[in-house]
Amino acid sequence: MGRYIARRLLLTIPVMLGASFLIFALVYALPGDPIRALGGDRPLAPAVVAQLTEEFNLNDPLWLQYVKYVGDLLQGDFGTDFRGREVLDTITQRMPVTVRLALVAIAFEIVIGIVAGVMAGIRKNGFFDNVVLVSTTLIVSIPILVLAFIAQFTFGLQLGLFPIAGVNDGWYSFLLPGLVLAAGSLAYVARLTRTSIAENMRADYVRTARAKGLPRRDVIVRHTLRNSLIPVVTFIGADIGTLMGGAIVTETVFNLPGIGRAVFDAVRAQEGAVVVGIVTLLVFVFIFFNLVVDVLYAVLDPRIRYE
Amino acid sequence: MSTASTSLPSGPAPRGAGAPVLEVDDLRVQFRTDSGLVNAVNGVSYTVSERETLAILGESGSGKSVSAQAIMGILDSPPAEITSGRIVFEGRDLLTLPEEEQRKVRGPGISMIFQDALSSLNPVYSVGFQIGEMFRAHRGTSRKEAKQKAVELMDRVRIPAAKQRVDDYPHQFSGGMRQRVMIAMALALDPRILIADEPTTALDVTVQAQVMDLLKDLQRDTGMGLILITHDLGVVNEVADNVAVMYAGRIVERGTVDEVFGNPAHPYTDGLMRSIPQVEVKGGRLQPIGGQPPNLAAIPSGCPFNPRCPRRRTGAEAATGRDCVTDVPPLRLVVPGREAACHYSEEVFGA
Repeated sequence: MGRYIARRLLLTIPVMLGASFLIFALVYALPGDPIRALGGDRPLAPAVVAQLTEEFNLNDPLWLQYVKYVGDLLQGDFGTDFRGREVLDTITQRMPVTVRLALVAIAFEIVIGIVAGVMAGIRKNGFFDNVVLVSTTLIVSIPILVLAFIAQFTFGLQLGLFPIAGVNDGWYSFLLPGLVLAAGSLAYVARLTRTSIAENMRADYVRTARAKGLPRRDVIVRHTLRNSLIPVVTFIGADIGTLMGGAIVTETVFNLPGIGRAVFDAVRAQEGAVVVGIVTLLVFVFIFFNLVVDVLYAVLDPRIRYE
Repeated sequence: MSTASTSLPSGPAPRGAGAPVLEVDDLRVQFRTDSGLVNAVNGVSYTVSERETLAILGESGSGKSVSAQAIMGILDSPPAEITSGRIVFEGRDLLTLPEEEQRKVRGPGISMIFQDALSSLNPVYSVGFQIGEMFRAHRGTSRKEAKQKAVELMDRVRIPAAKQRVDDYPHQFSGGMRQRVMIAMALALDPRILIADEPTTALDVTVQAQVMDLLKDLQRDTGMGLILITHDLGVVNEVADNVAVMYAGRIVERGTVDEVFGNPAHPYTDGLMRSIPQVEVKGGRLQPIGGQPPNLAAIPSGCPFNPRCPRRRTGAEAATGRDCVTDVPPLRLVVPGREAACHYSEEVFGA
């Protein structure tokens, strides 16, 4: 197991390098000159432009810029944005917001998704199963952007149940954005749980559990749910990484100063260092949770062993 | 559909057995499927006594497993539905008991082992946990004590190094050892009746013999009644006292194993016996039973076996009320201790 984890961690190095280079090249390929754009309507003095361009290595060819960037990164230097702000500061400041949002979203996924899935699965083709089928189909077919605006307008503005935007109400301000962010995955978790439960209810070992005279609760929770949750847990684990990145739309609509917002703003301003820094970090988070999932898999299912 | 209710629900007196423990009377099970009503069990009656081994012999789809699952109360319904009958265990009809009372019978009263021990054991729990669950669910034993009992049981079914293996998972055992785990689990609470649904079909021949020997030894120790569901004539011959041959959801012949196998009274049983390879006729062709097993959604009228029966009589050649195509033959006494559901049993019997 230890060797397996070490090998997987080593493998992340080329993945991270490749991913960061790709993002770097994409930002490089954006049209326009980010330094000139800094001045807005009033053009900057040519000397200032030249100095900034030199400072950020913007005259170098792509590969050299990238090598210099990675060199700095290896020394723990994430670089600065064009206004002189440390990228690392931006990350540490904004990360907690996104982490909270992701935690709320995952809580929704687990609680609502799994409960709905179990209830639908144990009475397959029953009334509740159909309710879940219709509602989840509806949710996944609406783009998250539309969903976010509908939620904001209905629950925030018209009903006034939740804050419309911002993070001034602590955890409460994260409920509505968290639900919106979770919606798609929540529907998926419900469907996955439902299918998995319905399938395992017919398993031979569930029949054995009933033949043993176990109470119905034990038959369902211990012998059906536990086995059915293996694919669900792996999905949720992998989804943590996706949620961190998928927060861009949600954070923008609900005006939450998180990582997603920061990336969105940085892309518009062509802030290469910020975009690459954050996205590379997200790639790492994604890879890390994938590894956690794989390890968890072996814990949940004793038949799986990594050598 | 027409019925063939048995005239003698208690059947022939079992050999060397004690008081009846389980009595199944006119059990009928239907499945409602998209392609229509499937009549899986059509009026099955038998009794099982202490120390008795009753083999239920039949091909796939003859209703032998379904009737066993009905007794255990583990049929999936829907689609399955028990439409009539009684299952009397220790004086109580299980079918009229509330679900919670039925549940309490499963394990301490009637227990069951299945064909494929690998898929019948939960892959994510250790075997010790799964055996111990019996004590925890029915006796409220503590987790630690239940594990202790699991080790004892694993010893009893002769699993080597039980103490070391109690925390292993099902996939870490060989096929024969897994079936022993199933047996240990089923016998945990000393059931009065054990239903073994093709317990050795998935095992190779030497292991089969070991498992059957183990079951016989355990039966001798505990005095339980054993219902052995199988299509293996050899196994029946070796271990069973009495045999009930099933066809199309009915019992077509019943008696002691020696008598039924030695002198069949039903053309189907007779056909089965003829299809066994014989040492004396080495090199000759086997004699299979012609035709196909019946479709349970459209069981032939009259005797369900009539389309395949070499002795079928219909129209003018049939005696009154004994037309194989129109009259359902009831399960009736042919000679003392022998019952068969054939209009012309005496002819088969004498042949």
